[in-house]
Amino acid sequence: MAEKTMSLPSFIEPVRIDQVGIEERAARFTKRSIKNETKMNGLLLALNMIDLTTLEGKDTEGKVKQLCYKAAHLHDSYPGLPTVAAVCVYPAMVATAKKAVQGTGIKVASVSTAFPSGQAPRNIKISDTKFAVAHGADEIDMVISRGKFLEGEYNFVFDEIAAVKEACGEARLKVILETGELVTYDKVRRASDIAMYAGADFIKTSTGKINPAATMPVTLVMLQAIRDFYYKTGKMIGMKPAGGISKSKLALHYLVMLNETLGEDWMNNQWFRFGASSLANDVLMQIMKAKTGVYQGKDYFSLD
Amino acid sequence: MAKAKSNTLKLKFDSARNYAPAPESKSAAKINARYDLFINGKFEKPASKKYFATINPATEEKLSEVADANAADVDKAVKAARNAYGKTWKKMPGKERAKYIYRIARMIQERAREFSVIETLDGGKPIRESRDFDVPTAANHFFYYAGWADKLEYAFPNRNAQPLGVAGQIIPWNFPLLMAAWKIAPALATGNTVVLKPAENTPLTALKLADIFQEAELPPGVVNIITGAGATGAAIVNHAGVDKIAFTGSTDVGKIIQKAIAGTGKKATLELGGKAANIIFEDAAIDQAVEGVVNGIFFNQGHVCCAGSRLYVQESVYKEVVRKLKDRLETMIVGDPLDKNTDIGAINSKEQLAIINKYLKIGQAEGAEMYQSSAAIPSKGFFCRPTIFTNVAQSNRIAQEEIFGPVLTIQSFRTDDEVIEKANNTPYGLSAGVWTDKGSKIFNLTTKLRAGVVWANTFNQFDPTSPFGGYKESGYGREGGLHGLYGYVRF
Repeated sequence: MAEKTMSLPSFIEPVRIDQVGIEERAARFTKRSIKNETKMNGLLLALNMIDLTTLEGKDTEGKVKQLCYKAAHLHDSYPGLPTVAAVCVYPAMVATAKKAVQGTGIKVASVSTAFPSGQAPRNIKISDTKFAVAHGADEIDMVISRGKFLEGEYNFVFDEIAAVKEACGEARLKVILETGELVTYDKVRRASDIAMYAGADFIKTSTGKINPAATMPVTLVMLQAIRDFYYKTGKMIGMKPAGGISKSKLALHYLVMLNETLGEDWMNNQWFRFGASSLANDVLMQIMKAKTGVYQGKDYFSLD
Repeated sequence: MAKAKSNTLKLKFDSARNYAPAPESKSAAKINARYDLFINGKFEKPASKKYFATINPATEEKLSEVADANAADVDKAVKAARNAYGKTWKKMPGKERAKYIYRIARMIQERAREFSVIETLDGGKPIRESRDFDVPTAANHFFYYAGWADKLEYAFPNRNAQPLGVAGQIIPWNFPLLMAAWKIAPALATGNTVVLKPAENTPLTALKLADIFQEAELPPGVVNIITGAGATGAAIVNHAGVDKIAFTGSTDVGKIIQKAIAGTGKKATLELGGKAANIIFEDAAIDQAVEGVVNGIFFNQGHVCCAGSRLYVQESVYKEVVRKLKDRLETMIVGDPLDKNTDIGAINSKEQLAIINKYLKIGQAEGAEMYQSSAAIPSKGFFCRPTIFTNVAQSNRIAQEEIFGPVLTIQSFRTDDEVIEKANNTPYGLSAGVWTDKGSKIFNLTTKLRAGVVWANTFNQFDPTSPFGGYKESGYGREGGLHGLYGYVRF
């Protein structure tokens, strides 16, 4: 860190969010009409921003290998498509995934810190993280301790994120707020600020295990938090909405929102990701429609 | 980490203004080459034999030509209205009148796309606004007042409300169809008949409305639509057969009308200019307040009488608000009003653009700092970039006079009392906005701000059930809601 130290804001008196206002603004982005080359560019960008995810108790090495192959070969009958940004797996699958994506440029992201609940002692969370990093994870998706956060133990949450960040080493840290459990926009904003000041490289909405997962207003609150943090510190933070984004039209709405809130510097997979498993095929379907003029059935796109 | 240089950091929004064109099709809009006057249920050639052109302000191309009604035409229209009043409309039971008004509302909904496209072509407003605001809200006004037509005894219990007779209605160019709805719907619901004059710049949707009246088989003469400029309006105001004047427009014309009808016994409602204060306190939800300010001043190119054109920001959040406003301005798309992505369309007329540009010069000469977004604007047509002035004083003309364009002045304040005093320090009093997270502060301000409408943590919200109108030079009388019926009845 250079000579200037960051001054921490008060997390007790957070930035206020007006529910009606933020929802109106988020809805306004959906009024943008995205057509022709803008649409095609948006679809290709969305593909390239996907963290292709499998996070199930029944995950096996075979399943993960197939997922990794899909990540690199989304639809080989259409040459020149980008790959997804990363595959996202449990720590136990990191080594398998790392080997499978070798040479493709695709990153391996691993959830950690007793994902999805985060209900484990800190030393377990640290070793969970270190395990994933040691097996080659490029990115760590941690969960915050929502219970502690709701109790008002902001220092605990802050320190835990900072500790996990340290355990990450070179790996980029995504901090999952699990906004569906925080409920209010004020709390989402407060949690976003805590995560960024504690060292997050990315903030992420959800685990995908709780409903509601990502929504546009929640994502907008987080994007505005990222903008304010950037203005205060000069540091860019990435954003990852996860869960509930399975249609290309919705993905394009998110990209419009990103474009008009943080601007074009964030419009790449270094700074924005979609945590999704079924989005890729819907985007592929739209891309093939644009190319051929007709929709193809879902059986023409591989399921992995 | 790099040393923070927060003052030089800037987000880049060029790509946010460059979406591929997404124009709404013009095919829904059937515009005749020429329109006559709608009198007694038929389109009739004007006695004046004169016509004038109405143009598309985004392209400067002629759309159509409409009749220029003279005093003889006005007389004919008023007589038709008087005849319809005495013979059919006054006598008709409320529930029968309601059926006609409901029918009109439904037909506006059915032809919503056509109305939206014509409104945008003729007036320059973005299709997103005419589609999502003007046309649906106009239909809602007819629906709402249709409901009152057979319930007047409940609106005015034990008072025996009677219609006034013939209402002369003169409406402005900023919300042509919506203002026609605001005027016509309550008049019909209460049993009055109407002579309506749309603004000379934007007559087409009112004339389309005449088509609907024909199709709805509204009895001839109940609504007459005559076109023309100021002289036509004066002929309506001065006609002895008119019982009531309803006017929305400039304060200058409002004053002329008031003088003209003094001593005649004509009732009047006047909805005139405004210079609304929009007040952001330090405890507000800043991002939503900024969005509200944008909606307050840039909605309909700022051609809104209740536009939040004076922004007051508490000093502790002043810099943050100004920075966020500038960022937001950068994302606004200025251009083809028919494009579904356009945020700011065309200025309504060459004359209005000249007025706005005059004020931009005045503001700079007064020492205020002007900031305009870097959006490209079309070379043809009348356009103005969204503009904000900082370093503004209360004594500046740009902070005192109504500009009626996409121009915002920003001043800072320190205390509640100071901002209340400054907000009220204007000849106008149509609307105001308050942004704070604190309920008690909202109530304190809403009771002290002298404005007809005070919005809290929102701006420019309209609903047929809610009354609207001004204090001081912003006019008198209320439109909308139960209050809107008062202007059209006597007891």
